[in-house]
Amino acid sequence: MMRRAPSPTGSPPVMPRPSRRAVLAGLAAGAAALAAPSVGAQTPGRVVVIGGGFGGATCARALAAAGLNVTLVEPSGTYVACPFSNAVIAGLREMSAQTFTYDGLKGAGITLAARAATAVDADARRVRLDDGTELPYDRLVMAPGVDMNFEALPGYDASAAGLMPHAWKAGEQTLLLRRQLETMKDGGTVIISAPPNPFRCPPGPYERASLIAHYLKTHKPRSKLLILDAKDAFSKQRLFTAAWAELYPGLVEWVGLSGGGRVIEVDPVTRTLVTEFDRHTADVANIIPPQRAGAIARQAGVADATGWCPIDPVTFESRLRPGIHVIGDAAIAGAMPKSAFAANGQAKVCAAAVVELLAGREPAPPKLVNTCYSLLAPGNAISIAGVYQPKNGLLADVEGAGGLSPQNASSEVRATEAAYAEAWFATVTGEAFA
Amino acid sequence: MRGLRRIALAGLVFLTGPAVAASPAPPGALSCGGCHPANPAGAIPSLAGRSAGEIVSQMQAFRDGGRQATVMDRIAKGFSDDETRAIADWLAARDAAPKP
Repeated sequence: MMRRAPSPTGSPPVMPRPSRRAVLAGLAAGAAALAAPSVGAQTPGRVVVIGGGFGGATCARALAAAGLNVTLVEPSGTYVACPFSNAVIAGLREMSAQTFTYDGLKGAGITLAARAATAVDADARRVRLDDGTELPYDRLVMAPGVDMNFEALPGYDASAAGLMPHAWKAGEQTLLLRRQLETMKDGGTVIISAPPNPFRCPPGPYERASLIAHYLKTHKPRSKLLILDAKDAFSKQRLFTAAWAELYPGLVEWVGLSGGGRVIEVDPVTRTLVTEFDRHTADVANIIPPQRAGAIARQAGVADATGWCPIDPVTFESRLRPGIHVIGDAAIAGAMPKSAFAANGQAKVCAAAVVELLAGREPAPPKLVNTCYSLLAPGNAISIAGVYQPKNGLLADVEGAGGLSPQNASSEVRATEAAYAEAWFATVTGEAFA
Repeated sequence: MRGLRRIALAGLVFLTGPAVAASPAPPGALSCGGCHPANPAGAIPSLAGRSAGEIVSQMQAFRDGGRQATVMDRIAKGFSDDETRAIADWLAARDAAPKP
Protein backbone atom coordinates (compact mmCIF):
# COMPACT_ATOMS: atom_id res chain seq x y z
CA MET A 1 0.00 0.00 0.00
CA MET A 2 2.79 2.43 0.88
CA ARG A 3 4.30 2.08 -2.58
CA ARG A 4 1.17 3.29 -4.32
CA ALA A 5 1.26 6.80 -5.65
CA PRO A 6 -1.69 8.94 -4.67
CA SER A 7 -4.29 9.15 -7.36
CA PRO A 8 -4.54 12.60 -8.93
CA THR A 9 -8.31 12.55 -8.95
CA GLY A 10 -9.47 9.95 -6.47
CA SER A 11 -8.94 9.79 -2.70
CA PRO A 12 -5.43 9.08 -1.51
CA PRO A 13 -4.90 5.61 -0.06
CA VAL A 14 -5.85 5.33 3.60
CA MET A 15 -2.69 5.57 5.67
CA PRO A 16 -2.19 3.95 9.05
CA ARG A 17 -0.46 6.87 10.77
CA PRO A 18 -1.41 10.56 10.72
CA SER A 19 2.13 11.79 10.25
CA ARG A 20 2.50 9.92 6.99
CA ARG A 21 -0.93 11.00 5.81
CA ALA A 22 0.14 14.60 6.38
CA VAL A 23 3.34 14.05 4.47
CA LEU A 24 1.55 12.43 1.58
CA ALA A 25 -1.10 15.13 1.49
CA GLY A 26 1.66 17.69 1.25
CA LEU A 27 3.34 15.77 -1.52
CA ALA A 28 0.08 15.44 -3.41
CA ALA A 29 -0.59 19.16 -3.09
CA GLY A 30 2.90 20.00 -4.27
CA ALA A 31 2.60 17.64 -7.19
CA ALA A 32 -0.78 19.11 -8.08
CA ALA A 33 0.77 22.59 -8.09
CA LEU A 34 3.54 21.37 -10.37
CA ALA A 35 0.90 19.93 -12.64
CA ALA A 36 -0.67 23.38 -13.02
CA PRO A 37 -1.13 23.08 -16.82
CA SER A 38 -3.63 20.35 -16.03
CA VAL A 39 -6.84 22.31 -16.24
CA GLY A 40 -8.67 19.95 -13.96
CA ALA A 41 -6.43 20.88 -11.06
CA GLN A 42 -6.81 24.58 -11.74
CA THR A 43 -10.32 25.31 -13.00
CA PRO A 44 -13.25 23.35 -11.66
CA GLY A 45 -15.58 24.70 -14.37
CA ARG A 46 -19.19 23.61 -14.47
CA VAL A 47 -20.28 22.55 -17.93
CA VAL A 48 -23.77 21.39 -18.82
CA VAL A 49 -24.26 19.42 -22.04
CA ILE A 50 -27.76 19.13 -23.50
CA GLY A 51 -28.29 16.11 -25.73
CA GLY A 52 -26.78 12.63 -25.53
CA GLY A 53 -26.21 11.82 -29.19
CA PHE A 54 -22.89 11.49 -30.99
CA GLY A 55 -22.03 15.15 -30.38
CA GLY A 56 -23.25 15.57 -26.82
CA ALA A 57 -22.05 12.26 -25.41
CA THR A 58 -18.61 12.60 -27.00
CA CYS A 59 -18.28 16.19 -25.81
CA ALA A 60 -19.32 15.29 -22.26
CA ARG A 61 -16.66 12.60 -22.14
CA ALA A 62 -13.93 14.89 -23.48
CA LEU A 63 -14.87 17.60 -20.97
CA ALA A 64 -14.90 15.14 -18.08
CA ALA A 65 -11.55 13.71 -19.17
CA ALA A 66 -10.15 17.24 -18.94
CA GLY A 67 -11.22 17.39 -15.31
CA LEU A 68 -14.30 19.58 -15.67
CA ASN A 69 -17.53 19.13 -13.72
CA VAL A 70 -19.93 17.85 -16.39
CA THR A 71 -23.67 17.24 -16.30
CA LEU A 72 -25.27 15.60 -19.34
CA VAL A 73 -28.97 16.35 -19.80
CA GLU A 74 -30.63 13.52 -21.72
CA PRO A 75 -34.12 12.21 -20.99
CA SER A 76 -33.79 8.91 -22.87
CA GLY A 77 -32.29 5.94 -21.11
CA THR A 78 -30.85 4.62 -24.35
CA TYR A 79 -29.55 6.07 -27.57
CA VAL A 80 -30.50 4.61 -30.95
CA ALA A 81 -27.90 5.46 -33.57
CA CYS A 82 -28.91 6.59 -37.06
CA PRO A 83 -25.83 5.45 -39.02
CA PHE A 84 -26.54 1.93 -40.30
CA SER A 85 -30.24 2.26 -39.44
CA ASN A 86 -30.98 2.06 -43.18
CA ALA A 87 -29.66 -1.50 -42.97
CA VAL A 88 -32.20 -2.17 -40.22
CA ILE A 89 -34.98 -0.89 -42.49
CA ALA A 90 -33.80 -3.27 -45.22
CA GLY A 91 -33.73 -6.24 -42.83
CA LEU A 92 -29.95 -6.52 -42.93
CA ARG A 93 -29.26 -5.55 -39.33
CA GLU A 94 -31.02 -5.68 -35.99
CA MET A 95 -31.91 -2.73 -33.77
CA SER A 96 -29.82 -4.11 -30.92
CA ALA A 97 -26.69 -3.23 -32.93
CA GLN A 98 -27.90 0.40 -33.01
CA THR A 99 -28.78 0.76 -29.34
CA PHE A 100 -26.48 2.14 -26.64
CA THR A 101 -26.85 3.01 -22.96
CA TYR A 102 -25.34 5.81 -20.92
CA ASP A 103 -23.80 3.53 -18.31
CA GLY A 104 -20.32 4.19 -19.70
CA LEU A 105 -20.76 7.93 -19.25
CA LYS A 106 -21.76 7.52 -15.63
CA GLY A 107 -18.60 5.46 -15.15
CA ALA A 108 -16.57 8.30 -16.70
CA GLY A 109 -17.58 10.66 -13.89
CA ILE A 110 -20.32 12.49 -15.78
CA THR A 111 -23.47 13.39 -13.87
CA LEU A 112 -26.47 12.25 -15.84
CA ALA A 113 -29.66 14.30 -15.58
CA ALA A 114 -32.23 11.96 -17.12
CA ARG A 115 -34.65 14.79 -17.79
CA ALA A 116 -35.66 16.98 -20.68
CA ALA A 117 -34.29 20.52 -20.74
CA THR A 118 -37.25 22.85 -21.04
CA ALA A 119 -35.60 26.28 -20.93
CA VAL A 120 -32.21 27.95 -21.03
CA ASP A 121 -31.62 31.32 -19.41
CA ALA A 122 -28.53 32.52 -21.25
CA ASP A 123 -28.18 35.65 -19.11
CA ALA A 124 -28.40 33.85 -15.77
CA ARG A 125 -26.51 30.87 -17.22
CA ARG A 126 -29.00 28.29 -16.04
CA VAL A 127 -30.74 25.32 -17.62
CA ARG A 128 -34.22 24.39 -16.38
CA LEU A 129 -35.32 20.76 -16.49
CA ASP A 130 -38.86 19.40 -16.78
CA ASP A 131 -38.95 18.57 -13.05
CA GLY A 132 -38.15 22.20 -12.18
CA THR A 133 -34.50 21.60 -11.36
CA GLU A 134 -32.17 24.39 -12.38
CA LEU A 135 -28.61 23.64 -13.41
CA PRO A 136 -26.17 26.55 -13.27
CA TYR A 137 -23.29 26.49 -15.73
CA ASP A 138 -20.13 28.34 -16.64
CA ARG A 139 -20.37 27.03 -20.20
CA LEU A 140 -23.28 25.26 -21.88
CA VAL A 141 -22.86 22.88 -24.83
CA MET A 142 -26.02 22.23 -26.82
CA ALA A 143 -26.18 19.17 -29.06
CA PRO A 144 -29.94 18.97 -29.59
CA GLY A 145 -29.85 17.35 -33.03
CA VAL A 146 -32.72 17.91 -35.42
CA ASP A 147 -36.48 18.07 -35.15
CA MET A 148 -38.65 17.07 -38.05
CA ASN A 149 -40.37 20.27 -39.11
CA PHE A 150 -44.02 19.24 -38.96
CA GLU A 151 -45.10 22.71 -40.09
CA ALA A 152 -43.23 22.69 -43.40
CA LEU A 153 -45.09 20.13 -45.50
CA PRO A 154 -48.91 20.38 -45.65
CA GLY A 155 -50.47 17.14 -44.43
CA TYR A 156 -47.33 15.90 -42.71
CA ASP A 157 -47.51 16.25 -38.94
CA ALA A 158 -46.51 14.01 -36.04
CA SER A 159 -49.56 11.78 -36.43
CA ALA A 160 -48.98 11.45 -40.18
CA ALA A 161 -45.55 10.03 -39.35
CA GLY A 162 -47.38 7.05 -37.87
CA LEU A 163 -48.71 6.21 -41.34
CA MET A 164 -45.94 7.57 -43.56
CA PRO A 165 -42.82 7.18 -41.42
CA HIS A 166 -39.89 9.56 -41.74
CA ALA A 167 -37.55 7.09 -40.03
CA TRP A 168 -35.09 10.00 -39.81
CA LYS A 169 -34.61 9.53 -36.09
CA ALA A 170 -33.69 5.94 -35.44
CA GLY A 171 -36.02 3.95 -33.21
CA GLU A 172 -39.69 3.06 -33.55
CA GLN A 173 -39.90 4.95 -36.84
CA THR A 174 -37.13 2.75 -38.27
CA LEU A 175 -38.98 -0.41 -37.29
CA LEU A 176 -42.29 0.94 -38.60
CA LEU A 177 -40.84 1.51 -42.06
CA ARG A 178 -39.26 -1.95 -41.98
CA ARG A 179 -42.58 -3.58 -41.07
CA GLN A 180 -44.39 -1.69 -43.82
CA LEU A 181 -41.88 -2.98 -46.38
CA GLU A 182 -42.20 -6.52 -45.02
CA THR A 183 -46.00 -6.49 -45.29
CA MET A 184 -46.11 -4.79 -48.70
CA LYS A 185 -47.19 -6.95 -51.62
CA ASP A 186 -44.75 -7.91 -54.36
CA GLY A 187 -45.32 -5.45 -57.18
CA GLY A 188 -45.93 -2.53 -54.80
CA THR A 189 -44.57 0.98 -55.11
CA VAL A 190 -42.31 2.48 -52.47
CA ILE A 191 -41.87 6.24 -52.55
CA ILE A 192 -39.19 8.20 -50.72
CA SER A 193 -39.66 11.95 -50.44
CA ALA A 194 -36.24 13.60 -50.02
CA PRO A 195 -36.03 17.06 -48.40
CA PRO A 196 -34.36 20.28 -49.49
CA ASN A 197 -30.97 21.23 -48.02
CA PRO A 198 -29.88 21.42 -45.30
CA PHE A 199 -30.84 18.25 -43.47
CA ARG A 200 -29.34 15.49 -41.35
CA CYS A 201 -27.14 13.02 -43.26
CA PRO A 202 -27.05 14.36 -46.86
CA PRO A 203 -26.36 10.97 -48.53
CA GLY A 204 -28.83 9.18 -46.22
CA PRO A 205 -31.95 9.18 -48.43
CA TYR A 206 -29.95 7.69 -51.30
CA GLU A 207 -28.28 5.02 -49.17
CA ARG A 208 -31.78 4.19 -47.94
CA ALA A 209 -33.01 3.97 -51.53
CA SER A 210 -30.13 1.62 -52.36
CA LEU A 211 -30.80 -0.72 -49.45
CA ILE A 212 -34.58 -0.71 -49.91
CA ALA A 213 -33.92 -1.51 -53.58
CA HIS A 214 -31.75 -4.40 -52.41
CA TYR A 215 -34.58 -5.62 -50.21
CA LEU A 216 -37.12 -5.35 -53.02
CA LYS A 217 -34.86 -7.03 -55.57
CA THR A 218 -34.26 -9.87 -53.13
CA HIS A 219 -37.77 -10.35 -51.73
CA LYS A 220 -40.29 -8.48 -53.92
CA PRO A 221 -38.70 -8.18 -57.34
CA ARG A 222 -41.79 -6.88 -59.18
CA SER A 223 -41.86 -3.79 -56.97
CA LYS A 224 -40.67 -0.27 -57.80
CA LEU A 225 -38.92 2.47 -55.84
CA LEU A 226 -39.53 6.11 -56.69
CA ILE A 227 -37.52 8.96 -55.13
CA LEU A 228 -39.24 12.33 -55.28
CA ASP A 229 -36.61 14.95 -54.51
CA ALA A 230 -36.85 18.64 -53.59
CA LYS A 231 -33.34 19.10 -55.02
CA ASP A 232 -31.69 18.82 -58.42
CA ALA A 233 -28.40 17.56 -57.01
CA PHE A 234 -27.51 15.38 -54.05
CA SER A 235 -24.52 13.93 -52.23
CA LYS A 236 -22.52 11.25 -54.10
CA GLN A 237 -25.04 11.58 -56.94
CA ARG A 238 -22.95 10.09 -59.76
CA LEU A 239 -21.90 7.15 -57.60
CA PHE A 240 -25.45 6.40 -56.48
CA THR A 241 -26.91 6.81 -59.96
CA ALA A 242 -24.34 4.45 -61.45
CA ALA A 243 -24.93 1.91 -58.68
CA TRP A 244 -28.70 1.95 -59.17
CA ALA A 245 -28.28 1.33 -62.91
CA GLU A 246 -25.82 -1.48 -62.28
CA LEU A 247 -27.33 -3.19 -59.22
CA TYR A 248 -31.03 -2.40 -59.48
CA PRO A 249 -31.82 -1.82 -63.17
CA GLY A 250 -35.39 -0.76 -63.80
CA LEU A 251 -36.21 -0.74 -60.10
CA VAL A 252 -35.14 2.73 -58.92
CA GLU A 253 -36.39 5.98 -60.42
CA TRP A 254 -35.24 9.40 -59.20
CA VAL A 255 -37.12 12.61 -60.02
CA GLY A 256 -35.41 15.87 -59.11
CA LEU A 257 -36.76 19.34 -58.47
CA SER A 258 -36.71 20.50 -62.09
CA GLY A 259 -38.47 17.30 -63.14
CA GLY A 260 -41.29 18.08 -60.73
CA GLY A 261 -39.98 15.95 -57.86
CA ARG A 262 -40.69 18.32 -54.99
CA VAL A 263 -43.49 17.03 -52.78
CA ILE A 264 -45.74 19.94 -51.75
CA GLU A 265 -48.47 18.10 -49.88
CA VAL A 266 -49.24 14.61 -48.59
CA ASP A 267 -52.38 12.71 -47.58
CA PRO A 268 -51.32 10.07 -45.07
CA VAL A 269 -54.65 8.20 -45.12
CA THR A 270 -54.49 7.44 -48.85
CA ARG A 271 -50.67 7.53 -48.90
CA THR A 272 -50.76 10.14 -51.62
CA LEU A 273 -47.85 12.45 -52.40
CA VAL A 274 -48.69 15.60 -54.34
CA THR A 275 -46.02 17.29 -56.47
CA GLU A 276 -46.36 20.43 -58.58
CA PHE A 277 -47.44 18.44 -61.64
CA ASP A 278 -48.62 15.09 -60.38
CA ARG A 279 -50.11 12.89 -57.68
CA HIS A 280 -48.45 9.63 -56.66
CA THR A 281 -50.00 6.88 -54.57
CA ALA A 282 -47.58 4.69 -52.65
CA ASP A 283 -47.90 1.29 -51.01
CA VAL A 284 -45.16 2.41 -48.65
CA ALA A 285 -44.35 6.12 -48.31
CA ASN A 286 -41.22 7.32 -46.53
CA ILE A 287 -41.51 11.08 -46.05
CA ILE A 288 -38.23 12.69 -45.01
CA PRO A 289 -39.50 16.18 -44.21
CA PRO A 290 -37.64 19.46 -43.89
CA GLN A 291 -35.80 19.73 -40.57
CA ARG A 292 -34.55 22.31 -38.10
CA ALA A 293 -32.50 22.46 -34.91
CA GLY A 294 -34.00 20.71 -31.88
CA ALA A 295 -36.67 22.71 -30.07
CA ILE A 296 -34.50 23.61 -27.07
CA ALA A 297 -32.07 25.42 -29.38
CA ARG A 298 -34.88 27.59 -30.65
CA GLN A 299 -36.11 28.18 -27.08
CA ALA A 300 -32.62 29.15 -25.94
CA GLY A 301 -32.35 31.73 -28.70
CA VAL A 302 -29.36 30.14 -30.42
CA ALA A 303 -31.26 29.33 -33.65
CA ASP A 304 -31.70 32.05 -36.26
CA ALA A 305 -34.51 32.59 -38.78
CA THR A 306 -33.33 29.58 -40.80
CA GLY A 307 -34.06 27.31 -37.85
CA TRP A 308 -30.36 26.43 -37.45
CA CYS A 309 -27.65 27.73 -35.12
CA PRO A 310 -24.88 30.08 -36.27
CA ILE A 311 -21.58 29.43 -34.48
CA ASP A 312 -18.01 30.64 -34.28
CA PRO A 313 -15.97 28.10 -36.29
CA VAL A 314 -13.08 28.10 -33.80
CA THR A 315 -14.99 27.59 -30.54
CA PHE A 316 -18.48 26.53 -31.70
CA GLU A 317 -19.79 29.28 -29.43
CA SER A 318 -23.16 30.63 -30.51
CA ARG A 319 -23.14 33.85 -32.52
CA LEU A 320 -26.38 34.75 -30.76
CA ARG A 321 -25.91 33.80 -27.08
CA PRO A 322 -22.49 34.04 -25.38
CA GLY A 323 -21.52 31.15 -23.13
CA ILE A 324 -23.51 28.61 -25.18
CA HIS A 325 -21.79 26.34 -27.69
CA VAL A 326 -23.71 24.43 -30.37
CA ILE A 327 -22.35 21.30 -32.03
CA GLY A 328 -23.61 18.59 -34.34
CA ASP A 329 -26.58 18.62 -36.67
CA ALA A 330 -28.14 21.75 -35.12
CA ALA A 331 -25.13 23.96 -35.90
CA ILE A 332 -24.49 25.91 -39.09
CA ALA A 333 -21.07 24.40 -39.72
CA GLY A 334 -20.48 25.80 -43.20
CA ALA A 335 -19.11 23.13 -45.51
CA MET A 336 -19.29 20.40 -42.87
CA PRO A 337 -22.29 18.11 -43.34
CA LYS A 338 -24.73 17.13 -40.61
CA SER A 339 -23.21 13.73 -39.87
CA ALA A 340 -22.29 11.64 -36.86
CA PHE A 341 -18.64 11.82 -37.92
CA ALA A 342 -18.80 15.62 -38.01
CA ALA A 343 -20.57 15.74 -34.63
CA ASN A 344 -17.86 13.57 -33.09
CA GLY A 345 -15.07 15.81 -34.35
CA GLN A 346 -16.89 19.00 -33.43
CA ALA A 347 -17.53 17.62 -29.95
CA LYS A 348 -13.84 17.11 -29.27
CA VAL A 349 -12.81 20.46 -30.77
CA CYS A 350 -15.56 22.23 -28.82
CA ALA A 351 -14.55 20.50 -25.58
CA ALA A 352 -10.93 21.58 -26.08
CA ALA A 353 -12.10 25.14 -26.76
CA VAL A 354 -14.25 25.15 -23.61
CA VAL A 355 -11.25 23.97 -21.57
CA GLU A 356 -9.13 26.78 -22.99
CA LEU A 357 -11.80 29.44 -22.49
CA LEU A 358 -12.41 28.41 -18.88
CA ALA A 359 -8.66 28.63 -18.27
CA GLY A 360 -8.63 32.16 -19.71
CA ARG A 361 -6.76 31.20 -22.85
CA GLU A 362 -7.69 31.73 -26.50
CA PRO A 363 -8.36 28.51 -28.46
CA ALA A 364 -6.31 28.03 -31.61
CA PRO A 365 -8.12 27.60 -34.96
CA PRO A 366 -8.93 23.90 -35.48
CA LYS A 367 -8.98 21.63 -38.46
CA LEU A 368 -11.79 19.12 -38.79
CA VAL A 369 -12.40 16.04 -40.89
CA ASN A 370 -15.50 14.27 -42.11
CA THR A 371 -15.95 10.89 -43.73
CA CYS A 372 -19.40 9.52 -44.57
CA TYR A 373 -19.84 5.99 -45.81
CA SER A 374 -22.95 4.85 -47.68
CA LEU A 375 -23.91 1.27 -48.40
CA LEU A 376 -25.01 0.50 -51.95
CA ALA A 377 -25.67 -3.14 -51.05
CA PRO A 378 -24.34 -5.47 -48.35
CA GLY A 379 -20.52 -5.42 -48.45
CA ASN A 380 -20.52 -2.64 -51.02
CA ALA A 381 -19.92 0.95 -49.90
CA ILE A 382 -18.80 4.36 -51.12
CA SER A 383 -17.59 7.38 -49.19
CA ILE A 384 -17.25 11.12 -49.24
CA ALA A 385 -14.56 12.87 -47.22
CA GLY A 386 -13.61 16.44 -46.43
CA VAL A 387 -11.13 18.48 -44.41
CA TYR A 388 -12.29 21.81 -42.99
CA GLN A 389 -10.87 24.94 -41.38
CA PRO A 390 -12.26 28.31 -40.32
CA LYS A 391 -12.40 30.84 -43.14
CA ASN A 392 -14.37 34.08 -43.28
CA GLY A 393 -16.25 33.10 -40.14
CA LEU A 394 -17.38 29.68 -41.38
CA LEU A 395 -15.91 26.20 -41.62
CA ALA A 396 -14.73 25.93 -45.21
CA ASP A 397 -13.34 23.07 -47.29
CA VAL A 398 -9.55 22.82 -47.37
CA GLU A 399 -8.91 23.03 -51.10
CA GLY A 400 -7.37 20.02 -52.75
CA ALA A 401 -8.47 17.61 -50.03
CA GLY A 402 -11.48 15.36 -49.67
CA GLY A 403 -13.86 14.15 -52.36
CA LEU A 404 -15.62 10.98 -53.40
CA SER A 405 -14.69 7.35 -53.83
CA PRO A 406 -13.54 6.63 -57.40
CA GLN A 407 -16.37 6.20 -59.90
CA ASN A 408 -15.12 2.87 -61.23
CA ALA A 409 -13.61 1.29 -58.12
CA SER A 410 -13.27 -2.49 -57.98
CA SER A 411 -15.62 -4.61 -55.92
CA GLU A 412 -12.67 -5.21 -53.57
CA VAL A 413 -12.35 -1.49 -52.89
CA ARG A 414 -16.11 -1.21 -52.35
CA ALA A 415 -15.95 -4.16 -49.93
CA THR A 416 -13.03 -2.55 -48.08
CA GLU A 417 -15.03 0.65 -47.72
CA ALA A 418 -17.96 -1.36 -46.32
CA ALA A 419 -15.62 -2.94 -43.75
CA TYR A 420 -14.23 0.51 -42.88
CA ALA A 421 -17.78 1.77 -42.41
CA GLU A 422 -18.41 -0.94 -39.83
CA ALA A 423 -15.08 -0.25 -38.13
CA TRP A 424 -15.79 3.49 -38.02
CA PHE A 425 -19.18 2.81 -36.42
CA ALA A 426 -17.56 0.66 -33.74
CA THR A 427 -14.97 3.34 -32.97
CA VAL A 428 -17.29 6.33 -32.96
CA THR A 429 -19.95 4.66 -30.84
CA GLY A 430 -17.18 3.50 -28.51
CA GLU A 431 -15.88 7.06 -28.13
CA ALA A 432 -19.37 8.25 -27.29
CA PHE A 433 -20.91 5.43 -25.26
CA ALA A 434 -18.46 2.66 -24.28
CA MET B 1 12.86 8.18 4.00
CA ARG B 2 13.97 6.38 0.89
CA GLY B 3 10.51 4.85 0.62
CA LEU B 4 8.84 8.22 0.90
CA ARG B 5 11.12 9.73 -1.68
CA ARG B 6 10.20 6.95 -4.07
CA ILE B 7 6.53 7.69 -3.48
CA ALA B 8 7.12 11.38 -4.06
CA LEU B 9 8.88 10.80 -7.38
CA ALA B 10 6.28 8.32 -8.52
CA GLY B 11 3.60 10.83 -7.59
CA LEU B 12 5.25 13.62 -9.54
CA VAL B 13 5.63 11.54 -12.67
CA PHE B 14 2.09 10.28 -12.41
CA LEU B 15 0.55 13.67 -11.83
CA THR B 16 2.42 15.48 -14.54
CA GLY B 17 1.63 12.82 -17.16
CA PRO B 18 -2.01 13.78 -17.67
CA ALA B 19 -1.00 17.46 -17.84
CA VAL B 20 1.03 16.70 -20.96
CA ALA B 21 -1.92 14.86 -22.49
CA ALA B 22 -4.21 17.76 -21.60
CA SER B 23 -2.19 20.33 -23.57
CA PRO B 24 -4.26 21.47 -26.55
CA ALA B 25 -4.18 19.10 -29.49
CA PRO B 26 -2.76 20.57 -32.72
CA PRO B 27 -5.24 21.30 -35.53
CA GLY B 28 -6.77 18.12 -36.92
CA ALA B 29 -5.34 15.74 -34.32
CA LEU B 30 -8.65 15.15 -32.55
CA SER B 31 -10.20 13.81 -35.75
CA CYS B 32 -7.94 10.75 -36.00
CA GLY B 33 -9.69 8.99 -33.13
CA GLY B 34 -13.03 9.23 -34.91
CA CYS B 35 -12.01 6.21 -37.00
CA HIS B 36 -8.76 4.84 -35.60
CA PRO B 37 -9.54 2.91 -32.41
CA ALA B 38 -7.52 3.36 -29.24
CA ASN B 39 -6.85 -0.40 -29.20
CA PRO B 40 -6.58 -2.70 -32.21
CA ALA B 41 -10.07 -3.77 -33.36
CA GLY B 42 -11.81 -4.12 -36.70
CA ALA B 43 -10.64 -3.17 -40.17
CA ILE B 44 -9.20 0.26 -39.35
CA PRO B 45 -5.76 0.09 -37.69
CA SER B 46 -5.05 1.61 -34.28
CA LEU B 47 -2.43 4.35 -34.19
CA ALA B 48 -1.35 3.46 -30.67
CA GLY B 49 2.32 2.64 -30.31
CA ARG B 50 3.34 4.16 -33.65
CA SER B 51 6.26 6.56 -33.71
CA ALA B 52 5.86 10.13 -34.93
CA GLY B 53 8.25 9.32 -37.77
CA GLU B 54 6.12 6.44 -38.98
CA ILE B 55 2.93 8.51 -38.90
CA VAL B 56 4.61 11.34 -40.84
CA SER B 57 6.00 9.03 -43.50
CA GLN B 58 2.68 7.22 -43.98
CA MET B 59 0.78 10.50 -44.26
CA GLN B 60 3.32 11.65 -46.85
CA ALA B 61 2.84 8.41 -48.79
CA PHE B 62 -0.94 8.81 -48.69
CA ARG B 63 -0.59 12.35 -49.96
CA ASP B 64 1.75 11.67 -52.86
CA GLY B 65 0.14 8.38 -53.89
CA GLY B 66 3.04 6.24 -52.71
CA ARG B 67 0.58 4.24 -50.62
CA GLN B 68 -2.77 3.10 -51.98
CA ALA B 69 -5.76 4.04 -49.88
CA THR B 70 -9.53 4.29 -49.98
CA VAL B 71 -9.96 7.48 -47.97
CA MET B 72 -6.69 8.47 -46.25
CA ASP B 73 -5.33 9.77 -49.57
CA ARG B 74 -8.21 12.26 -49.66
CA ILE B 75 -7.78 13.25 -46.01
CA ALA B 76 -3.96 13.48 -45.96
CA LYS B 77 -4.05 16.11 -48.73
CA GLY B 78 -5.74 18.47 -46.27
CA PHE B 79 -2.67 18.77 -44.04
CA SER B 80 0.69 20.50 -44.60
CA ASP B 81 4.04 19.00 -43.61
CA ASP B 82 4.13 21.09 -40.44
CA GLU B 83 0.56 20.20 -39.48
CA THR B 84 1.21 16.52 -40.10
CA ARG B 85 4.36 16.60 -37.97
CA ALA B 86 2.52 18.32 -35.11
CA ILE B 87 -0.28 15.75 -35.23
CA ALA B 88 2.20 12.87 -35.34
CA ASP B 89 4.17 14.25 -32.39
CA TRP B 90 0.98 14.71 -30.38
CA LEU B 91 -0.33 11.21 -31.14
CA ALA B 92 2.99 9.60 -30.27
CA ALA B 93 3.28 11.60 -27.01
CA ARG B 94 -0.33 10.84 -26.05
CA ASP B 95 0.21 7.13 -26.46
CA ALA B 96 3.44 7.31 -24.49
CA ALA B 97 1.80 9.14 -21.56
CA PRO B 98 0.87 6.96 -18.58
CA LYS B 99 -2.80 6.07 -18.38
CA PRO B 100 -4.61 7.07 -15.19
